[in-house]
Amino acid sequence: MAGRIGLFLVVALLAALPPFLPKYALEVLISVLFFGYLGACWNILGGYGGQFSFGHAAFFGIGAYTSTLLFLHLGLSPWLGMLVGGALAAAFGLFAGYLSFRYGLRGPYFSLVTLAFAEMLRVIAVNWKAVGSSLGLVVPNRGSAPALFLFAEKLPYCYVILAMALAALAITRIIERSRMGYALAAIRENEDAAEAAGVDALSTKLSAMAISSFLTALGGTFYAQYFAYIDPSLTFGPAISIGGLLPAIVGGAGTVAGPLLGSFVLTPISELTRAVLRGRAGADVMLYGLILILVISFLPNGLVGWFRSRRAATGRTA
Amino acid sequence: MTWLFFQAVVSGLLLGGVYGLVASGLSLIFGVLRIINFAHGAIMMLGMYASYWLFVLVGLDPYLSILVTGPLFFALGMLIQRIVIEPNRAAAEHNQLLLTLGVALFFENLALVLWQGDFRTVRVWYSGASFLVADVLVEVPRLVAAGGAVLIALALWGFLRLTDAGKAIRALSEEPEGASLVGIDVARIRGVAFGIGSACVAVAGALVTPFFYVAPDVGESFNIMAFVVVVLGGMGNFLGALVGGFIVGLAESLGAAFLPGSLKQLVVFGLFVIVLLLRPEGLFGGRGGR
Repeated sequence: MAGRIGLFLVVALLAALPPFLPKYALEVLISVLFFGYLGACWNILGGYGGQFSFGHAAFFGIGAYTSTLLFLHLGLSPWLGMLVGGALAAAFGLFAGYLSFRYGLRGPYFSLVTLAFAEMLRVIAVNWKAVGSSLGLVVPNRGSAPALFLFAEKLPYCYVILAMALAALAITRIIERSRMGYALAAIRENEDAAEAAGVDALSTKLSAMAISSFLTALGGTFYAQYFAYIDPSLTFGPAISIGGLLPAIVGGAGTVAGPLLGSFVLTPISELTRAVLRGRAGADVMLYGLILILVISFLPNGLVGWFRSRRAATGRTA
Repeated sequence: MTWLFFQAVVSGLLLGGVYGLVASGLSLIFGVLRIINFAHGAIMMLGMYASYWLFVLVGLDPYLSILVTGPLFFALGMLIQRIVIEPNRAAAEHNQLLLTLGVALFFENLALVLWQGDFRTVRVWYSGASFLVADVLVEVPRLVAAGGAVLIALALWGFLRLTDAGKAIRALSEEPEGASLVGIDVARIRGVAFGIGSACVAVAGALVTPFFYVAPDVGESFNIMAFVVVVLGGMGNFLGALVGGFIVGLAESLGAAFLPGSLKQLVVFGLFVIVLLLRPEGLFGGRGGR
């Protein structure tokens, strides 16, 4: 019960706060929610299923490019385009996942193959004139057009990404409590044992892959609409793959709130470093590298795992 | 057309030698530590900067800089292994992968902070030297790099075969528990393996500086290429990595000659995915992914 009230308070606070934030703080909050959202998407496959994708940028880029191209060429609203992008990304995820899982790629080999798929899409986008090649695509800003996912102010974008992040966490929660969630956890802990116990590992992993890639693609559309510009290295590059993986690992992979919590810790640190060390590009990512090493060394189960183990420890002594 | 083909073959083989040395180091580290080292390319980048600065500040020839950077990066590799990786031996496999990713992000962006993103080049007197063999252009620095890389890789192979330390490394790579039972100091040997791997890639970096730009992200493409080579040659298979280097160099160079733009990378990635899927144990055997 206390947990529910706490959850309600956090959501109410997140919903009530944005109109009162100064512009810079609002931008940081949007960043936090955006990377929290990507982390939540990655978490479904990586955290719960233990399949560490290093190439989620593939799905992100498919989403960003699909909705933007449909908008530019056919005038289709990105609200609809993002669903098409999601469907395409899920199809690509199923294709890549089927190949990898069918041929038994596990652990680091799965990471490598997903990285390779994302890089292949990046190279194709760079060399493909019809999708803007390395110059990228500009989303024309026609002022405020809510039906076309275009807003004049930052505030509506903040509410969109807030809704997306909360929805992703809710989906995670539903999966966690479902048969699929238990199957994923069993696969993560010991795939052979899970199969011996009757879990259909292939279809479970593919379902997680499809959901994760569909949701990640929606994030790509949000990025395109919010920044009004996409190019191959921004959307298909390793930075996006790492940007989703990192908050989930730091917050706690395989926990519902972990990715958002991780992003609340990581993203402001990165924004702050960038603001303080202006003109020193790279300092923020350097810090990310250090944080990643420290978290794996000292909090291998992330912040949520650390809280849990502390609570368990105090509970035992009490 | 035939000329283009032969030119591409020569360029590819010369490039392949360097890939071979880079990948040998990666393969050695994988064999002993069972870690796919994402920081390998970043260490190569640091090695290239080391050679660059030795040339700019002291006027040391990049080839001679190997005498400095080799031992230096052996020490750096041992240090990374001791401080970052060894304490997390018991961690899950993917967490160890993330550790090396953290090291890579740290070094790459350290270089960006220290030296900005500018492309730097080392202009030595032999940088533009070349000769023709039946109309096929052979650039001297590339020939030296490939030859040097293959020689060093072969010397290392001899070291692994003939010396006690080398035998300990191979023992650990083949049978970790047995190795510790017969009294091999496994933690030390893991450090030595990471050190040798890092020295290999730093030396490869020094060999390419006379004809390749130096920039903070230069290691990334070599890193991915080395993954391809190592998977192709078989994880942990040292000579396989050398042969794999030539195959990938050829594929990249032929792709560059006959495909527009940067689509050559597609050939390499395509090769990578196919080999990963069909023969994750590599073309010549090794310790595969299944």
